Amino acid sequence: MNNFLDNLPTLPLAPWVESAMDWLTSNFSVFFSAIQKTGKLLMSQVTDLLIGIPAIILILLVVIFAFFVTGKKYGLAAFSLIGLLFIYNQGLWTHLMETTTLVLFSSVISIVIGIPLGILMSKSSVAESIIKPILDFMQTMPGFVYLIPAVAFFGIGIVPGVFASVIFALPPTVRMTNLGIRQVPKELAEAADSYGSTSSQKLFKVEIPLAKSTIMAGINQTVMLSLSMVVIASMIGAPGLGREVLTALQRTQVGNGFVAGLGLVIFAIIIDRLTQSFNKKKEL
Amino acid sequence: MEKIKVEHVSKVFGKHIPQALELVKQQKSKTDILKETGATVGVYDASFTVNEGEIFVIMGLSGSGKSTLIRLLNRLIEPTNGNIFIDGENISKMGKDALRTVRRNKMSMVFQNFGLFPHRTLLQNTEYGLEIRGISKEERKTKAEQALANAGLLAYKDQYPNQLSGGMQQRVGLARALANDPEILLMDEAFSALDPLIRKEMQDELLDLQQSLKKTILFITHDLNEALRIGDRIAIMKDGSIIQIGTGEEILTNPANDYVRTFVEDVDRSKVLTAENAMVRPVYVNVDLDGPTVALKRMREETVSILMAVDKNRKLKGYITADDALAAAKRHEQTVHSIVQSEILTVPPDMLLQDILGMIYNSPTPIAVVKDERLLGVLIRGVVIEALSSFNEEAEVHE
Repeated sequence: MNNFLDNLPTLPLAPWVESAMDWLTSNFSVFFSAIQKTGKLLMSQVTDLLIGIPAIILILLVVIFAFFVTGKKYGLAAFSLIGLLFIYNQGLWTHLMETTTLVLFSSVISIVIGIPLGILMSKSSVAESIIKPILDFMQTMPGFVYLIPAVAFFGIGIVPGVFASVIFALPPTVRMTNLGIRQVPKELAEAADSYGSTSSQKLFKVEIPLAKSTIMAGINQTVMLSLSMVVIASMIGAPGLGREVLTALQRTQVGNGFVAGLGLVIFAIIIDRLTQSFNKKKEL
Repeated sequence: MEKIKVEHVSKVFGKHIPQALELVKQQKSKTDILKETGATVGVYDASFTVNEGEIFVIMGLSGSGKSTLIRLLNRLIEPTNGNIFIDGENISKMGKDALRTVRRNKMSMVFQNFGLFPHRTLLQNTEYGLEIRGISKEERKTKAEQALANAGLLAYKDQYPNQLSGGMQQRVGLARALANDPEILLMDEAFSALDPLIRKEMQDELLDLQQSLKKTILFITHDLNEALRIGDRIAIMKDGSIIQIGTGEEILTNPANDYVRTFVEDVDRSKVLTAENAMVRPVYVNVDLDGPTVALKRMREETVSILMAVDKNRKLKGYITADDALAAAKRHEQTVHSIVQSEILTVPPDMLLQDILGMIYNSPTPIAVVKDERLLGVLIRGVVIEALSSFNEEAEVHE
């Protein structure tokens, strides 16, 4: 029996995937390199802009923003002040700005793609049954795997980092948008229909406002996931705090690794609390 | 004049719809169809007409298909078969745009759980129908405010629905429907989610409104008493079919079959009146808050000489009389604690009126109807006697 299994020819899935990749890279190279160039230019400009702002002003802006977004409470504002000053003090400010750019771009792209996809899913059960397994696939495939096509398409640097992060971080926004809209009480959807709403009136005046807090929870998850890709993306040359962690790992510098990691944690907490309290405010 | 005409309309849910429809045409029963095809028949060969300015009630128990039927009229649910005409236009064959125009201009719907948008203020809710029709901001604000004013809720226009009681929310639901100035109102169990007292109030309001508005109203309910109270004509549904259509009188005196007969008997039985049926809104003071001056003022407003006394949780504490309140006010007392008399007769809401009659003759005060110590209403001698005598008259007629 074993013999029989061993004698079966290996299914050449890996070569197939590779030739598909080759075909894509060779036929769409112009397209990919155009994206690569514009993306890189855009992102380096944003990073330069962020670095160009004096650190103290940016820190104060974040602190003031945190104070008002959390409903005039001091907790997050104080944490942001101390945390960001610590990062600056450790000489990680530039890296933090690079990470910010990466997270910003991958989150925005994920949201721009994710919300319409989620809406499509909620409106069509066919779309849902097609997209759902793809999302499962995207979420369970280890994040590292996305690095390979990212490098093939876009070389190394921040652009493939954003590409891999988008794939990894997209699913929660899509899922939660779908869920939020499907959870709109039937009677309210009927009320919208019975008054003769067009489907876009129903969507924008009733469904999205009612699904808003669920969608915001999805966006929060997406932002956090793209942040978690920062270290992984640094393996293909994405700059930022992640690269510091990676360098420390490669040189077994425990101290440096800890400091850079701590910087990431601080950044993550600030972003998480900010996006969450944004959501709470909207619920009122 | 005929406003709505429904012709042989059926709605089948599930698979094998053509086969199921074939069986519907062969007049097979709903259970047979389910057995043979696996399809559920929601509405089964329904035909009726509604005249202009009429309140047409569709009455049936849950699962009888009444909510499905009303949704077929504005095609929130697509009919599987049959024709629906409104003003001679065939709704069931209409394209999307034409249907939208009809929904926008001809009919508005009121929902069982109010269907108000929680993210919009009352004014914005009331404006909704006008807003999606693209009516200018100024005009829709004026119309919506007028509709809210008619419902007595203009003062609350910037509140959100969840800040209001059920009765008030449904007034908004009705105001939203009326702001659109539709010719037809579809009311799906509109008052079923409300307390009995509020429900009665809303029924009266609807009847008052109808006096001046003369809309064509299709009203769904599971409550035959409600149907008899407001319906010009009533259709009784069972298992998706309409069993009998007629005026309340016709249905009571001449039930079409045993099913309707048991229903009607049920009504008579429920008219064995209980305290809840005859109680009136209590006039009370809050002993934790109100003083004697407030109590006197309230007595003047409501023209009563006795007030119930409750605490902030509406638990019954007793009653106060006008004489005592006057004396306390002269003594400049700040609270009514000293004058609350606690000897008061109480009854549960499901106690029979017959049994209460003896008590109420001997009681110097109204009788309080309480449940879990909370004051629900009061029984006044006159009202109880009136309720009992009108019931007895009706009973004699039926015998």
